[in-house]
Amino acid sequence: MSSSADAAPMHLRATGQHQVAPEVMRPIMEVENVDVYYGDFRAVSEVNLDFGLNEITALIGPSGCGKSTILRSLNRMNDLIEGARVEGEIRFHGENIYGKDVDPIEVRRRIGMVFQKPNPFPKSIYDNIAYGPRVTGMKVQSMDDLVEDSLTRAALWDEVKDKLKQSALGLSGGQQQRLCIARAISVRPDVILMDEPCASLDPIATMRIEDLMQELREHYTIVIVTHNMQQAARVADRTAFFTAQPSEGNGDRTGLLVEYGTTAQIFEDPQDKRTEDYISGRFG
Amino acid sequence: MISLQDSLAGAPTMPLKTGETPRERRPAPMIFLVVLWLSLLIAILSLLTLIVNIVLEGGSRFGLPLFTEYPASSPDRAGARPAILGSIWVIGVTAVLTIPVGVAAAVHLEEFADKKHWFNRVIELNVQNLAAVPSIIYGLLALAFLALIGVRDKNIVIGGALALSLLILPVIIIATREAIRAVPSEIRDGSLALGATRWQTTWRQVLPASVPGIATGSIIALSRALGEAAPLLLLGALVFVSFDPNGLLSGFTTLPIQIFNWTGRPQEGFHELAAAASIILLGLLLLMNGLAIYIRNRYQKRW
Amino acid sequence: MFAGRARPGEAVIKVVLRVAAAVAMVTTIGIVFALIVPAIGFFREVPIFDFLLGDRWAPRFADASFGVVPLVTATLWTTAIALLVSVPLGLGAALLLSEYATPGLRKTLKPILEILAGVPTVVYGFFALQFVQSTVFREWLRLDTGAFSVLAAGLVMGIMIIPTVASISEDAMSAVPMSLRQGSAALGANRMQTSLRVVFPAALSGIMAAIVLGISRAVGETMIVAIAAGSQARIVGGPLEQGQTMTGFIASAALGDSRVGSLEYNTLYAVGLLLFAITLTVNFISIRLVRRFRQAY
Repeated sequence: MSSSADAAPMHLRATGQHQVAPEVMRPIMEVENVDVYYGDFRAVSEVNLDFGLNEITALIGPSGCGKSTILRSLNRMNDLIEGARVEGEIRFHGENIYGKDVDPIEVRRRIGMVFQKPNPFPKSIYDNIAYGPRVTGMKVQSMDDLVEDSLTRAALWDEVKDKLKQSALGLSGGQQQRLCIARAISVRPDVILMDEPCASLDPIATMRIEDLMQELREHYTIVIVTHNMQQAARVADRTAFFTAQPSEGNGDRTGLLVEYGTTAQIFEDPQDKRTEDYISGRFG
Repeated sequence: MISLQDSLAGAPTMPLKTGETPRERRPAPMIFLVVLWLSLLIAILSLLTLIVNIVLEGGSRFGLPLFTEYPASSPDRAGARPAILGSIWVIGVTAVLTIPVGVAAAVHLEEFADKKHWFNRVIELNVQNLAAVPSIIYGLLALAFLALIGVRDKNIVIGGALALSLLILPVIIIATREAIRAVPSEIRDGSLALGATRWQTTWRQVLPASVPGIATGSIIALSRALGEAAPLLLLGALVFVSFDPNGLLSGFTTLPIQIFNWTGRPQEGFHELAAAASIILLGLLLLMNGLAIYIRNRYQKRW
Repeated sequence: MFAGRARPGEAVIKVVLRVAAAVAMVTTIGIVFALIVPAIGFFREVPIFDFLLGDRWAPRFADASFGVVPLVTATLWTTAIALLVSVPLGLGAALLLSEYATPGLRKTLKPILEILAGVPTVVYGFFALQFVQSTVFREWLRLDTGAFSVLAAGLVMGIMIIPTVASISEDAMSAVPMSLRQGSAALGANRMQTSLRVVFPAALSGIMAAIVLGISRAVGETMIVAIAAGSQARIVGGPLEQGQTMTGFIASAALGDSRVGSLEYNTLYAVGLLLFAITLTVNFISIRLVRRFRQAY
């Protein structure tokens, strides 16, 4: 962090102790030469990226750069979009999740997801948490304990413990999003994918989610897509910067990975001109 | 920052107060609005006239005997008991036959079908077309089908229910599809991301959330079947039924058929009976429609 | 690690769902076969041109004649009268609901219109015969008409179809983007001008679809015409005459118990086939039109 420490404006500099990522990453997921297509349209090309165990990795970049597309291909949610196709390999604990005989449903259980807009089911708070364990046929000794444990881990237990039977739709937006995180935890995933989880929340609710992510990092690996560079700087150990480029031939824009490194390095010593322009606000 | 003061700085060259009638209040737009209101009022007034006419005509015959007596050759002794029971039987069996099939078909088309596959596209087109096929054609179909399997006595509860089921199946499919489509995709994604299968997601999230819409659509479809007479006419339901229907193979008549029968008789007394039976039928339909509207308003749009 | 659990139950469910969806297709195939097979039997005995162009319909007479033209003229009369009623009134109601009514008013008025669509057709038939024809035309207006007329049947059928026309064209009008209305208003147009010159043309294909669907309902309606239009098959020359429509013939012929395979039975299906062909054509036009207005925005 030396020469070009001035590249990023002050407020964007990586701060806080937690960003001191270990020099040696223990990868839990590896993305190798991945292209994602929607029909004939190549949305993302040639992505190579590793995600470290118990780290928070942020995917940042302008709209249309394919960061959400990559995120959704990490747990095969892209399978649900007609015409979507992934080429290359995405390995989880060394196993290709797009390999033959791999059950996408099992992939989604092991790699959880939290969405941009809180999407609690129209059921009680309790049933929202119990839903995942039930549908995946998890052997649970006590559902009550599991619900309490999941809500506690999502820092929501104290607020809802007296109204577990009430509809989840009555919670505030921030509470709903923490409920969705608790719901994702309930099926004991190793990785949690977050697709702009704070996009629809106010700053205080956002702060609570960010604090929560730091706690969750003890036990889970988190990959977060965010539009908000300050957020990436605050929470992430590593950051990957994507951009969109016109692809040859037609006018479509294809996303690609520009630069990947520790958050401190990306924000304070970007190696690529495009990264530097983006984080210093010169991006057009 | 431009302030309000700045924008008004240059005074308008023409005054905004022209002194003329406001454009919305001039004769042409006013007459136009009156014409529009008239269109709607004529429709509503026709409905009122129909109801008043039926009530005036049939009120005197509307009483207990209408519900308890069997048809008779004299209007003073005749009632619609077998027709009421027949309607209940036929509509009940129709509901049991149609709702599961219709909901299943809609679930297939919305949640499972590959929309580009020819099979599903043909079905799509079919459902749209079937909804517009005249009801009497379904009667011809049921008649031919019963002849094909060698049923001699065509006027049986299951035959009538079959004709009405085919008639309202597209209605139920279309209503259910709309209800399913109204469930936000975030709910599906949330469930699938937890490792639920497509079917678990459908059964535990999508269908429960669509129940109000499905119920509304089914009630409206069944009310259509309840008022329908043409296809049953072809099955020969216009017979003199003087017993209570008691099973799937039992002979039957229904309220609309009974009304048709009485309307065609020369004696004024039978016309009054037809009107009285129409009161029952209209009452039932209003009840069903009201229930459907209540469910729709009470439960829909929670997102 | 990701080896899926076997889910045989789900495979069975998917098959069941697919079979349910296929019922729709089987029904159509069934209709086509059910109509065509007896109709072929019919056309073996009656040349197709005698059927389509003949102007005398007397299938039960000793010197039977199977010219369908009289039935078609009666259907044309009732359909035309029904459209004269339902198109202007339905479009007026649709414009009112889509361009003028507040959401609250719309919420009250639409269910009332829906009730109009829910009244059983036998009740409409009774109303057409006993009130419109007998009381209004004969007693009050002292018109020169018999017990039945295509006018009474057509008028009441028109009222029945108003909600069909109104609701589909209102959907089309509501689908016109608000920005078009705002653009028009920003140029100083009043609501009538915006309705007639912006909304109406923009929704035109949807409105056409509504009218076409109204035609298909009028052609296929049975009970009103069976009760109020009359039962003598002859070429209809004026609205106060009586006449038997195609559907009216099928309904009345069904009352007699004709033997399967007899000419009388097959006649039923020949007329049914013609009716089905007409409504199918009309309906395809409507689907095309609707698709076009969906694409527009």
